[in-house]
Amino acid sequence: MRTAFRRAVPYPILTVSLIVMWLLLAGFNAGHGVIAVVVALGATHALKALGEASPPIRNWVAIPKLIGIVLYDIVRSNIAVAGIILTGRAMDKQTSGFIIVPLRLRDPFPLAVLAIVLTSTPGTAWLDYNSSRGELLLHVFDLVDEAHWIDLITHRYERLLMEIFE
Amino acid sequence: MSVDLSALPVWAAIAGSVFLVLGAGLTLIGALGLARLPSFYTRLHAPTLATSWGAGGMVTGSMIIFTAAAARPVLHEILIGIFITTTTPITLMMLGRAAVYRDRSEGDARVPPALGVQEREDVQLAMPPTSEPEKT
Amino acid sequence: MSLVILSAALWAAQTAVAVAMCLCAWRMARGPRAQDRVLALDAMYVCAMLQLLAFGVRTGNTLYFEAALVIGVLGFIATVTLAKFLMRGEVIE
Repeated sequence: MRTAFRRAVPYPILTVSLIVMWLLLAGFNAGHGVIAVVVALGATHALKALGEASPPIRNWVAIPKLIGIVLYDIVRSNIAVAGIILTGRAMDKQTSGFIIVPLRLRDPFPLAVLAIVLTSTPGTAWLDYNSSRGELLLHVFDLVDEAHWIDLITHRYERLLMEIFE
Repeated sequence: MSVDLSALPVWAAIAGSVFLVLGAGLTLIGALGLARLPSFYTRLHAPTLATSWGAGGMVTGSMIIFTAAAARPVLHEILIGIFITTTTPITLMMLGRAAVYRDRSEGDARVPPALGVQEREDVQLAMPPTSEPEKT
Repeated sequence: MSLVILSAALWAAQTAVAVAMCLCAWRMARGPRAQDRVLALDAMYVCAMLQLLAFGVRTGNTLYFEAALVIGVLGFIATVTLAKFLMRGEVIE
């Protein structure tokens, strides 16, 4: 039963997202619903040729928690970065810098999520990742305490991501 | 699809306006940072203001206004918000990587050497640090 | 009443985004390096999307949102291609 479903719908989350996107763009009615399902299934089957497996999600409960934490952090760092730009503190004093963060994550999916989270948060930018050593080069806008940032990434995000994916 | 905005209730106009102005203000601050900040790596942080809550605020404002004016949920704009927030990290990451790669290949000492080749640090740092190079 | 509030807010928002676009254009002209210009171009694409969003609210027409999405797709592809070009010096390899 489960394998039959997997064969019919290779990427369930992507399929649902495509159907919702189609309906949002074209309008909610039965006709568009049929087209949306056909397009979403066709697109995901075509994608199967790339050979990437669907991300294995172990813990669904932790996902809303992660989203909540990320939204809260983005609001907080928006305020912080806007404050720095408006007061001009970064212009005269060099407070930004590079840090190297050792990561325990190895799977491409949680790493991709971590990359999107870190880059879309103002204040941190993902620059380079070495997969054999598991090290991440990060540029931090307001680098006052290096240990604080490494602690934040490994304890706040990485642990939750490991709960979700591994 | 178009809606009649004169039928908009006052509470929706106020709430939507607050979000629109907040989003646009954050976009402006981001652009200000892009123009004023001293180096490329600090400037890399500025556009994320526009793409996180700048876009988010404007999309939320627009959703409030359209939903109240059309008296049914209009969630169309959320696609724009999702699109901006998922694509910008990818472009910024690629730009950051490209900049690091270019600076490393020119021997810029302010950029850390490639991860995993720390033992060759003395070779990488052989060039003296220069002040803001005017190269293209 | 609500129209007055809304048009004032839209005026402020559109002015702010337009000034933001000017700042991006200044950074694009100024440089100093190619990656700064590409970054400014990317920010300008985002500003253009937000400007179209504000236009959509002003006219009460959701057709502008589709245009904003098209701009977003084009901007994304353009920036990714330019970043790849900066890294390798060629796009087609």
